[in-house]
Amino acid sequence: MEAATIQHGGRPDTGRPSPSRLPDRLLRWMLTGIAAGVLVLIGYFFIRLYIEARPVFARYGVVNFIFTDAWIPSKDQFGALPLIVGTLITATIALVIGVPVAVGSALYVTELAPPRVRQPLIILVELLAAVPSVVYGLWGVFVLIPKLKPAEQWFSDTFSFLPFLGGTVAGPNYFIAGLILAIMILPIVAAISREVMATVPVEQKEAALALGATRWEMIRMAVLPYSRAGISGAAMLGLGRAIGETIAATLVIGNAPQIAKSIFGQGYTLAAVIANEFGEAAATPTHRAALIAAGLVLFVLTLVINFVARYFVNRSQRAMTRSVPTGMAG
Amino acid sequence: MSAIAPVASRRRRTDKTMRGVLLAGTLLALVPLVFVVYYLLKQGLGALSWSFFTSDPSGRFLGDPGGVRSAIVGTLLIVGLASLIAVPLGIGIALYLVEYGKASRFANVVRYFVDVMTGVPSIVFGLFIYIVLVLSGFGGNFAGWKGSVALALLMLPVVSRSAEVVLNLVPDSLRESALALGSPRWRVVARIVLPTAMPGLVTGSLLAIARGAGETAPLLFTAFAVNATTWNVGQQMNSLPIQIFNDVRQAQSNIVERAWGAALTLVLMILALTLLARLIQRRSRIA
Repeated sequence: MEAATIQHGGRPDTGRPSPSRLPDRLLRWMLTGIAAGVLVLIGYFFIRLYIEARPVFARYGVVNFIFTDAWIPSKDQFGALPLIVGTLITATIALVIGVPVAVGSALYVTELAPPRVRQPLIILVELLAAVPSVVYGLWGVFVLIPKLKPAEQWFSDTFSFLPFLGGTVAGPNYFIAGLILAIMILPIVAAISREVMATVPVEQKEAALALGATRWEMIRMAVLPYSRAGISGAAMLGLGRAIGETIAATLVIGNAPQIAKSIFGQGYTLAAVIANEFGEAAATPTHRAALIAAGLVLFVLTLVINFVARYFVNRSQRAMTRSVPTGMAG
Repeated sequence: MSAIAPVASRRRRTDKTMRGVLLAGTLLALVPLVFVVYYLLKQGLGALSWSFFTSDPSGRFLGDPGGVRSAIVGTLLIVGLASLIAVPLGIGIALYLVEYGKASRFANVVRYFVDVMTGVPSIVFGLFIYIVLVLSGFGGNFAGWKGSVALALLMLPVVSRSAEVVLNLVPDSLRESALALGSPRWRVVARIVLPTAMPGLVTGSLLAIARGAGETAPLLFTAFAVNATTWNVGQQMNSLPIQIFNDVRQAQSNIVERAWGAALTLVLMILALTLLARLIQRRSRIA
């Protein structure tokens, strides 16, 4: 059989170095080059952003730029604190609302849902990710803001004794932005949580059930502890998305460079300031440099968050691959 | 063997409550989807008409705002060109990782950075391309192809990650048989690995393209915006997301209506791509 194949192939290449060595090596180097290109690109990214932002860093110093509460382009003053605070507040709101819902839905889909509805539910949650950012923004401006305002005002008045509440509710505000960000990070947090939960060994779940645990007790004792690292990673990836999300936030946060006293006050985020002001700033070198500096802060922030998040997610996924025999792959 | 003890009622109640809570979470997650789709149809359908698709935005604030032809043409061209850049490069990276790099240190670093790159905000890609291609005056000022490059950077890690997963599914026995029969590595890749993985690669790429098509931020100061239709990617170009973004911030109700119509158009385009991707995926599972 084998001999026949060789004869029919008609290639007398026994013992000689194959003539096709060169394309082989070429392909290898080409692909390696492309892969290395990614690393070079990210490095180049950082360097170019830094060079363009340098005038501002030279004037204020990196620390002062980050911790000064004064973003007044008309007076040529650039302190990014209100932007950073706004970014962190909206991202926190997004996590507080989005992560429990996402993890809850992931648990339901992987552990409780009848097999028949599992796939449809997954697809529906994924569809949330198919809606573009600008469409969420549009929806936020014309539906969410007017519809939620009375409820927000009531909430703000009733609980005005709590910190960060009280006063008049602005139309566009931190909370609305956080809520839309929550919707936008939901699919990715849910998807990664599902992946992580799928790696919980069946033996552990069955053991819990065999010992008489109810479904919920099984989830609490077998699924959650096992996938905790992965869920934290998923939440952090969501945090990264929430921090970097631009267009929807620009449309619903009010674009006021201040640190509002209430979560129903207007604010600004790092990404929003770039999208909103860059057009007019292109002509003014300092303003442009300040916006690029804001972009650099954003870049570094998301880079660090993603680094840590991926570490958690990869670790909990590797736990799975280690327990499975890898077969004969070299 | 003793009889199985009945579950204490308190534990059973907790179980029931928590099941209910998890179900509620799942339904809650779908509420925004329902509302977004409802309002898109309610506000958007009315805006759609023949002239909506065949006329350019007039740029006038009073009177007829015009349609979105230039935006549709621009989105198709910009996203098409971005796909031409991102798909081959993304699959190339995945091929390297699966066929050559495997678990080597360098490959792991690349894999890690590709993952990290998926988290870089889209506006940062826009800024970067602005600095490198627009500010430097390379090939003129704003241009459609510069927007494509920014989008491609965004799509690249998504294509690469999904391609890697698919390429890993190609059985090693196939590769080994081909190698054992004496075919060189490049031919194994071109004739065995890629064809086997093709449906999955197409699905992953289409999903990445769908994701890129809705992005606004990378185009803001790379492709910029104009009203007139242009087929030349060397010129400034309009696009659906930018058109929506600009229209949302106008007060005139007919301009806002155009925004809803454009949003519905964009979502339908993305949905069509997503559905196509899923269809191809289903096909491959049967084969």
